[in-house]
Amino acid sequence: MTAVSGIEAIQAAALRSDRFRLEREADWKRLEAIVALMEKGRLRRVSDDDLLALPGLYRTVASSLSIARETSLDAATLAYLESLVQRAWFVVYGPRSSLGSWLRGFLGGGWSAAVRAIGLDLFIALCVMVAGTMVGWLLVASDTEWFYALVPSQFTDARVPGASAQVLRGTLFGNDGQNGLGAFAAYLFSNNAQVSILAFALGFAFGVPSLMLLVQNTAVLGAMLWLYHGAGLTLDFVGWLSVHGTTELFAILLAGGAGLHIGRAMAFPGERPVLQAASEAGRRAAQVMAGVVLMLVVAALLEGFARQLVDNTPSRLVIGGFMLSFWLAYFFAFRRQGADAA
Amino acid sequence: MSTRAIPTRLRRTNRDRIMVTPEGIALPVTVASRGSRAGALLIDLMLIGVLMIATTVTLIYVAGGLRGINERMASAAPAMRALELLVVLWTILMFLFRNAYFLYFELGPRGATPGKRLSGIRIAARDGGRLTAEMVIARNLLRDIELFLPAVFLASAGADSGAAWIAATAWFLIFALFPLFNRDRLRAGDVIAGSWVVETPRRKLEAAMSLAAAPGEALAPVAEGKYRFDDAELAVYGEYELQTLERVLREKRAASIEAVYLAISGKIGRNDGWNDERAFLEAYYTQLRARLEAAMRMGRRKADKFSD
Repeated sequence: MTAVSGIEAIQAAALRSDRFRLEREADWKRLEAIVALMEKGRLRRVSDDDLLALPGLYRTVASSLSIARETSLDAATLAYLESLVQRAWFVVYGPRSSLGSWLRGFLGGGWSAAVRAIGLDLFIALCVMVAGTMVGWLLVASDTEWFYALVPSQFTDARVPGASAQVLRGTLFGNDGQNGLGAFAAYLFSNNAQVSILAFALGFAFGVPSLMLLVQNTAVLGAMLWLYHGAGLTLDFVGWLSVHGTTELFAILLAGGAGLHIGRAMAFPGERPVLQAASEAGRRAAQVMAGVVLMLVVAALLEGFARQLVDNTPSRLVIGGFMLSFWLAYFFAFRRQGADAA
Repeated sequence: MSTRAIPTRLRRTNRDRIMVTPEGIALPVTVASRGSRAGALLIDLMLIGVLMIATTVTLIYVAGGLRGINERMASAAPAMRALELLVVLWTILMFLFRNAYFLYFELGPRGATPGKRLSGIRIAARDGGRLTAEMVIARNLLRDIELFLPAVFLASAGADSGAAWIAATAWFLIFALFPLFNRDRLRAGDVIAGSWVVETPRRKLEAAMSLAAAPGEALAPVAEGKYRFDDAELAVYGEYELQTLERVLREKRAASIEAVYLAISGKIGRNDGWNDERAFLEAYYTQLRARLEAAMRMGRRKADKFSD
């Protein structure tokens, strides 16, 4: 039987479903060979012709499967076709192979569109952050013991209630020429990125812990603001903070907003099933989060280098203001045709 | 969906699902078992641990070399700067190992980390569409609160700290047990991302494609002349019995062939295939299949011997 040529085999087959199989076997085997190579990660060994034919072959084999299901009872063929279509489906609909093309789409509109899409959540997160700052200020103003409760001990070296204006001024200026800036920046990035990932991930619990995290972090800011205000250094402190803070606080705002977006979608899915609502919100928020990590790299560089090297308040305010307007313009003014539809 | 959606195989586990591709074709997929996922995670964590330790040891070794140089130099500045670079490198690498390991592998064409690949599972989009970068990012960012954070919390709290330890354990368990409480064994990250973890399809090419092994055409011309079954004899069985018969013929086990022969010949009241059971069964298989497929083309299907 094996010696018989293909056409004779087709004619010799007793069943119509076997003839169907023999006529299409070549396509199936070609698809299988391509898929097997791609599964092993040997994309280079797939010829251009095969690569171009892949989507077409996939559809051919998929339609073979549909037909076979209605006409054939050969379980082995059906099982083979099902597994082949599934394997091809993984390849055809798998992750996009090029990280570069994803990054281009991401920076060139996908990211800013995702940020705009969670606008309401950003607004809520912003209100919460402002409220958190005020709470921090008011708490410390009413009782200075709160300062030690709010501010992590690593910051309370010289910056404590009752410290003289001279000492406080020293913490803002005159750090130039200091060693270890690079290590400091790397540490800041790693730490801040982990906090913002946490703010995002906690959105899973309906967004409440995300907001609490925002309040907790901005309360520290409020307490610090109160401290420097008491020494008459408000503007200098704002300048010192704004160099990296406009970027970093913006990134934390985005992370909190992204977490809230998921939480809100899960708590109020509307007409959609909860799972679908959660996954739609999750994908949008994930895009925002990939950008947050990028922003934190920028913030860490600014904090580690620019802040220490630029030693006067006006220049610091200019840098901070420029960064803020840059991010605002990028997210809300920069729109590409069709980017919002994606 | 009813069992009719999976006509080709007998339902094996409660993990079989139907996924509809964008072309509208229903594909059976098998959700990965919890055991294989736990195993995959353990392998990945071990790999990450090994990578972290190896990197740290290498950097410490390099730093030790730097100190040696430092002692012989008048100025400490260059060595200090190099040391700082090492610290930067270490911080960034640790961050990447923790956050980018899963991302990097799951974004690749195989959609699986080394651990998943060893366990024979991979991730896919739950809706049958494309697996996007956003999905992979979303499902892996959540790993932080599911796994790393409670683990760190647990380690720092210690068993003697009472309430904190209970809180950390509860936190850890809520997420660890999350896949136990939903049908598709989704963890929290899968819920957010719209992904799920499925078994990678096994390759069964030989069984289906080798010409001689398929009973349909290889033996049909020979067997047809010898054994002919009439309509009444073929009408007793349906698709389920046909599949069972096909499996028995493929397995080629003498004992089961004989048992099936006895069952069938008893049922249809024939005994002329004695000592030639295999040829008898192959002829019966071919003719039963021809009959059922002909009915199928007319839109009539017979699921098993009980249906008419």
